[in-house]
Order: sequence, then structure tokens, then C-alpha cells
Amino acid sequence: MAEKSLMKGNEALAEAALRAGCKCFFGYPITPQTEIAAYLSKRMPKVGGVFLQAESEVAAINMVYGCAGSGIRCMTSSSSPGISLKSEGISYIAGADLPCVIIDVMRGGPGLGGIQPSQADYYQITKGVGHGDYHIIVLAPSTVQEMADCVTKAFDLADKYRMPAVVLADGLLGQMMEPVAFDDAEIVMADASNKPWAANGHKNSRKHNIINSLYLQAPELERTVRERYERYAEIEKTETQAVADYCDDADIVVVAYGSTARLAKSAVDEARKLGIKAGAFRPVTLYPFPVNEINAAVKNAKKVLVVEMSMGQMIDDVKLAINCSKPVEFFGRTGGVIPAPAEILAKIKEMGGND
Amino acid sequence: MEHARLTVITGHYGAGKTNFAVNLALDAAERGEKCTVIDLDIVNPYFRTADFEKPFAQKGIDLYAPVYANSNLDIPSLNIPLESILAAGGRVIIDVGGDDEGAKALGRFAPVITACESTDMLYVINRYRYLTKEPAEAVQVMREIEYSCGLAHTGIVNNSSLGAETTADTVLASLPFAEETARLAGLPLRATCAVADAMPDEAPEPYTIRRCVKNLWE
Repeated sequence: MAEKSLMKGNEALAEAALRAGCKCFFGYPITPQTEIAAYLSKRMPKVGGVFLQAESEVAAINMVYGCAGSGIRCMTSSSSPGISLKSEGISYIAGADLPCVIIDVMRGGPGLGGIQPSQADYYQITKGVGHGDYHIIVLAPSTVQEMADCVTKAFDLADKYRMPAVVLADGLLGQMMEPVAFDDAEIVMADASNKPWAANGHKNSRKHNIINSLYLQAPELERTVRERYERYAEIEKTETQAVADYCDDADIVVVAYGSTARLAKSAVDEARKLGIKAGAFRPVTLYPFPVNEINAAVKNAKKVLVVEMSMGQMIDDVKLAINCSKPVEFFGRTGGVIPAPAEILAKIKEMGGND
Repeated sequence: MEHARLTVITGHYGAGKTNFAVNLALDAAERGEKCTVIDLDIVNPYFRTADFEKPFAQKGIDLYAPVYANSNLDIPSLNIPLESILAAGGRVIIDVGGDDEGAKALGRFAPVITACESTDMLYVINRYRYLTKEPAEAVQVMREIEYSCGLAHTGIVNNSSLGAETTADTVLASLPFAEETARLAGLPLRATCAVADAMPDEAPEPYTIRRCVKNLWE
């Protein structure tokens, strides 16, 4: 590993994309993720890549659609209202089985909402964003270093399963600065040589490839969707990731993701100092949701507490994952308000954690 | 460190300008000086001087910030009567937004700043910030800021840090970078900033700071 740099989450994410061989970035500015575009506008020309500020979010996602079809690694980024605009394109990309990476640095909503951090896009992102029967891979980093690591992983998973992968961050992670390290490997733009499906010129040496999401014959459309769901089953079996701290003997397991997981962990550390048996569980993959991991983490718990920067969205997946085998309570702040560790600790105590 | 009546603080994004500005203000207030802080950052939505409204109020520090600072309106409006603030006396600290983009907002005040009898314009550097790790890069950003706002710097502040992971070795390793940046810029190195337990004995012009800009979980 090279020497550490102090970087904003958004900058680390952008640099990691370059290092993952992302050759093309198509974006449109929106707070709190604009540094991603600003950073890539400076760096992309220096490494032989393409930075393009599109005329809108809709244009940007459709540029990703076309670029992904040619087999080149590409990415777009936005924040909540901009992701809503991209939803149609994301559905088309999923329907055409194309790999790409999409970044959502969440801000408060609905509507234009605010520019402060939020996790209120959980439903939207983890349920695929657009219309139709499909999933997208969703990774949720909680440090600046993980912002970088998740981008690399998102590109690899997207290519492996030929589907969009999202890095779901929030304004706090995007804007905060922490030390981050990248390996010293030279930046190499990924080519389409290992993508036999890519529509990048057949040169009369093979049958031409078609990028398409339109299937007017119902049985044919059903067949393509079912084939996709076989891949999803494989992903759900093999690609889950989560981090559990002090869960083995915990009476109360606090479940949180992203930057909220750090606030929750801070509250759990305080609780442990007070002799309260609290544990922290953090899903890193939100789709696939880490079902086996969370069941192992709450095995000995009496209660589960879900903490989110929203009115409570992941709580549904937590209840489903553990099949409502334990009481699940919720604490959250929304609209851009960040839950304080002291508030989370108070909730842990209220739930009987001070017995 | 010695200081002028008006201190203008500029630098690369994330070099630690706000933390430095907040420290200068708190130190001045604790010495009993009248002090006004102006948050001129119209670029950065988070981690800004305007976040320190409450601690400033408790210490009697006046704070001026863009009208819509920390709000959801992406149209920053600067209603800052710099002339009358200066006329009212006391120390004035201006925290400028990052890079040449952030410094654009400063240009409008250039005639007032130039007319002030005692002004320092300090360029904050951090050896660990991406894109300004080399002295030549740091000086280039400094020149871009000067070009953008029409004002010249008077000194360099070495604020090299890795956030919560900063040790004395972190700061020590930044000293040659700071000296070379100051030499290339043709300006004096006015301070080496570090928290008390990370200040190396070798640091020139040591200025012990507190980490004020930090996350809720720290």
C-alpha cells in the first residue's frame, strides 16, 4: 500500500473508480456528490479516460447504457433527486444485462428535500430503483477507505453478473475526510476483451451482438427474467457481506449501515463501558441482504434495534431476514438530521439494556 | 503566532482552513480580544465555520455567514458588511472556500481588504491532501487562488494532518514539504499546526491547535 492521503469520501470514490479501470464517467452536478464529477473532470483527461458532463441526469444514465453496451467500464453518480431521474435508464440497463456502476450519495427527501445527509433512499435503491422484475447489487460503505474499496468491488461484481451495481453512500460519507490508501498499481483502463457479448464491432469475424431490453413475446420475456433470477439466487447465496461486533453475548443487537453504523457503533461502545450487553451489526451488502449473517448475530439477542437516517426503511428487511423471531425496534432521525450517539444510547437503555 | 488585525485564510479544499480559523478565533476570544469570524465558503455544504455558531456565541465571537449557509438553497448569497465590521474594531478572521473556485467570493472584497492597515492572507497547506502533495502543486493552487481573488498571500501555514490518525511523525514528515512550498512561494512559513501530542520539537513556528472540525462519533 502507498502512503496515506487525506481525502473526502467523494474524492476517494472517484479515484477508486479510475483505478478500477473506469474509462468513462457521465454525470450531472448535485450536492452533496459534486466532488465526484469535479475530481474526475480533472483526473480523467490525465489517464486517457472520458469525463462528460451531460445535459441532465436522464442523458447521463443513457450515456452509461450505451457505453456499458460496448463493454467499457463506466460510471455515473448523483444524489437522491438525480437518482429518481435515472430510474428509467437503470431499468433498461438491468433489462439489457449490462454492467455499470451507479453512485448515490443520499440527501434528505422527498422532492428537492435538503442537502444534508440522509438514508431515505433505501427502499428506492435496494428495490431496484426503476420498473420491472429485477435487482441491482447495492454496497454500503461506512468509511472513506470503504468508499474506495466498495467502488472496486462494485465494478467487479457488475462485470461478473452483468448487472448494475450501486454504491449507496450518504452526504456525510461523501463530504467527510479520512486517511485513505490505494495500491501503487498503474492505472489500466479495462477493455472489452473478456466480454463476448459487447456490441463493439464484429469486424466480420463473429455474429453481431444486440443490446436490447424489448421482448414482445411473453414467453421469451419470462425466460430472460427467469434466467436473470437464477443469477440473483447465486448472488444471494455467495455475495453477502456484513460486520458483527460484540454480537455473541449481546442482549440488544443494534443494526445500522453506512455512516449511521459508526454512530451506532459509538453508542454500543459506550453501552459496553456501562456494562450493557449491546452488539453492533452492519450490513455491507444491502442487496443481497446478509440474511445468514444477521441471523447468526441476533441468535442470542433478546431484542434488535434498527438505527437509520430515515423514518425506518431497512427495518423491513431486518424483520424479514430474521422472520420476526425477535422484537425489532427503531430509532431514526430524518430530513438531514444526524442521530447522535447519545440518543442511540438512550434508546438502548430504554429498551431494557440497563438491566 | 503573530497576527494582523485582519486574517484572510485560503487553501486547497480540505487543507484544514476551517479548523485553523476556528482555533484562531477561540484563542483570540480566550485572550479577551474582540473577534469576528466571516464564513465566506460558498462552495462546501458541510463542515464549515457556520457550524460553530453556538460555541462562538458562548465565547462572544461574532459570526457572519452566507444567508443560506447550511440550508437547502443552492444559491449562496453574501450579505457581509466587511467595511463596517472592520470599522467596529477588534480582530477579523475570514475563512474562504477551497481553491480558486472558493476564492472567487473573496474578490469582491479585495478593495476593502487592500485598504485595511494590517492584513495577513495566509495560505493553508496539508501535505497529505490529494492533488497538493508536492510543493509545486501546492504553489500552483496558491497562484490560482491569487489570480481568482486579486489578492496576494503574505504567509504559509503548514496544517499537514491525517485527521484523527495524526501523530508527531505525520507532522515531522511534512516539514520539508512546508519549507519547500514556502521557498517556492517566496513567503515566510508562519505556523506549523498540530494538536499538542502531535507537535514535533523540530517544528518551526509551532501553533498548537485543537481538532474542532470532527465527526459525531469521535
